Amino acid sequence: MAAAEKQPVTGAGPFNGLLTWIDQRFPLVSLWRDHLAEYYAPKNFNFWYYFGSLALLVLVIQIVTGIILTMHYKPDAAQAFASVEYIMRDVPGGWLIRYLHSTGASAFFIVVYLHMFRGLMYGSYRKPRELIWIFGMLIYLSLMAEAFFGYLLPWGQMSYWGAQVIVNLFDAIPLIGPDLSLWIRGDYVVSDATLNRFFAFHVIAVPLVLLALVGAHIMALHEVGSNNPDGVEIKKVKDTKTGHPVDGIPFHPYYTVKDTLGAVVFLIVFVIIMFFMPEFGGYFLEYNNFIPADPLKTPAHIAPVWYFTPYYSILRATTENFMWVLAAGLIGYTILLVTAVKSNGARVAIVATGVVLLIGFFTIEPKVWGVMLMGAATLIFLGLPWLDQSPVKSIRYKGWLVKGALAVFVVAFVILGYLGTLTVTEGRTLMAQIFTLVYFAFFLLMPWYSKMDKTKPEPDRVTWRGAH
Amino acid sequence: MTNARKLLVALLAAPAIAIGAEEVKLDRAPINEHDLISLQRGAQVFVNYCLTCHSAGFMRYNRLQELGLTEQQIRDNLIFTSAKVGDLMKIAMDPRDAKEWFGVPPPDLTVIARSRASDAGSGADWLYTYLRGFYRDPVRPTGWNNTVYQDVAMPHVLWQLQGEQLLKTEERPLPGGKKVKVQKLVLEKPGTMSPLEYDRLVADLVNFLVYMGEPAKRSRIELGIYVLLFLGVLFVLAYALKKEFWKDVH
Repeated sequence: MAAAEKQPVTGAGPFNGLLTWIDQRFPLVSLWRDHLAEYYAPKNFNFWYYFGSLALLVLVIQIVTGIILTMHYKPDAAQAFASVEYIMRDVPGGWLIRYLHSTGASAFFIVVYLHMFRGLMYGSYRKPRELIWIFGMLIYLSLMAEAFFGYLLPWGQMSYWGAQVIVNLFDAIPLIGPDLSLWIRGDYVVSDATLNRFFAFHVIAVPLVLLALVGAHIMALHEVGSNNPDGVEIKKVKDTKTGHPVDGIPFHPYYTVKDTLGAVVFLIVFVIIMFFMPEFGGYFLEYNNFIPADPLKTPAHIAPVWYFTPYYSILRATTENFMWVLAAGLIGYTILLVTAVKSNGARVAIVATGVVLLIGFFTIEPKVWGVMLMGAATLIFLGLPWLDQSPVKSIRYKGWLVKGALAVFVVAFVILGYLGTLTVTEGRTLMAQIFTLVYFAFFLLMPWYSKMDKTKPEPDRVTWRGAH
Repeated sequence: MTNARKLLVALLAAPAIAIGAEEVKLDRAPINEHDLISLQRGAQVFVNYCLTCHSAGFMRYNRLQELGLTEQQIRDNLIFTSAKVGDLMKIAMDPRDAKEWFGVPPPDLTVIARSRASDAGSGADWLYTYLRGFYRDPVRPTGWNNTVYQDVAMPHVLWQLQGEQLLKTEERPLPGGKKVKVQKLVLEKPGTMSPLEYDRLVADLVNFLVYMGEPAKRSRIELGIYVLLFLGVLFVLAYALKKEFWKDVH
């Protein structure tokens, strides 16, 4: 299409000429319209809908502070710890940048966890938003990788031994394990080589993936339109004259001003933590991490940062005795699946998979299964769009069965997280095992309980101040 | 009360092998981060007693100007080496020699107060209890042991000031007829300082170590208040803006 065919830009006063010039060479006006001025978002967003834009805000904070930190930090085992203290003391404002980045890391996970919980509550992963959810989950996984690589960089005891423990998990993989972990570390122990490559992953490799995924997440969202707390599609009821959804309002200016307000409230909380309790009781900055990394001295208690602890709990829960429980669960679930499917081919495949897993449970050491369960616990979210069989999307119209399941799942997640920060005792391991089962049952049994659930009828249009 | 303080540390009977300092009840360190006299004295104790074996390798001498000292005062009173006033507080001891002499090289103390924090108490509490918790133990190569840091490699550097303590075990009746073994420190040979004077000295030293752990803390809190005030104003504006725009949404 020839550039001259585009309409000239109007309404920008003295800038009309410039904007027309740009728009004839770059889709400026259509981007602005499609994503802001004429992106119609449901008008009934509530508190839970702030966390998407807040995640974007924290991402920007992390990138900007990260760039500045990179100017002063030394990715060298002999200098890394000292360079962080140099930033804290000798770089003007360095302490502020460092605390913004360290508090931002935890804030990122808080915001993302709340954003995911919103998705769980209102069925934001349901058709046609499966890809938004999948991109979102990939963002979450990249974020975990980003946090893991970044946590080694201060080169304190927890940085060092945390990385050591996690990389050693790969050792457990049959056949290739030891070579694989050696390849990841670049050395026989976590060392300067490991620090250098983790630095490369943290400052460039993972951020590139993260940004691409965030782009895909938002593009997919703007393709199908936002869900809302009622879980009904606003595109179903359109204004006959304008063709816009009746219950939709342009993202800009309505949600830009609303999200600005949300950002200010978030920043107030963020700033209180960052300026007045940057360590947050040892959860955001672990006390042991103020001791320089020492490969010869293993700390008595190695705990990952709080946002990894639910999965760490699942890993530690997988003991030899627990394999029997898992085996029983596997047999039960296989029977359930076999009775549920109709085709004989599927039945054979299910039984075969079950048998292979069952043999594996008792021939491969439990540690490997701990790693697998930990991985499965993060990946299982990806299956939600297909596991959820409820006729309604939003929790507002779901019955007590699904509401209860979600509540129990949240409790399990929080308790697993708390247990992951503590040392192991027999009682705590038992608790972690029980809640690991609850965690997986929430997902694996969803096709059944979400169907059995007594739902209420969805309204035709979104509820808004008590009416439409 | 003074008698009770003379006992210094009373702690529950911990198994002899327990390395877990968490088992010991830590005393609250009576420190005040705004007390410049205390901080100056702490700095003086630090350079006199600690800075020969322990470095503070991320801290610069001239930063002590924040404690109300001039560069000249720092040069005259706190630098005993050829170090320049803008230098880091490093030591001459070779870490390999240190390892030979003590078994472990003495750790750098710049951020020790931050690293010693735990659920049991702040880093200051740990240091305050530790520096008052040395007792005579003939089994140890140095002749000293410590209540919160079992089998510590460091000898009691401040012993001439504090004197010599012993760890005594006594049985105490519990309500209900049972007895519990309690270990406590008893001052056997007094030093040049009274226990109260010694406690004050340790508190000043700990105060300084806490300051050194995060010298930017004061400016952090100050800036935090201004940023909050700014955000408070911004909140009012953002709220008004949102309300104004959303008037049209029906």
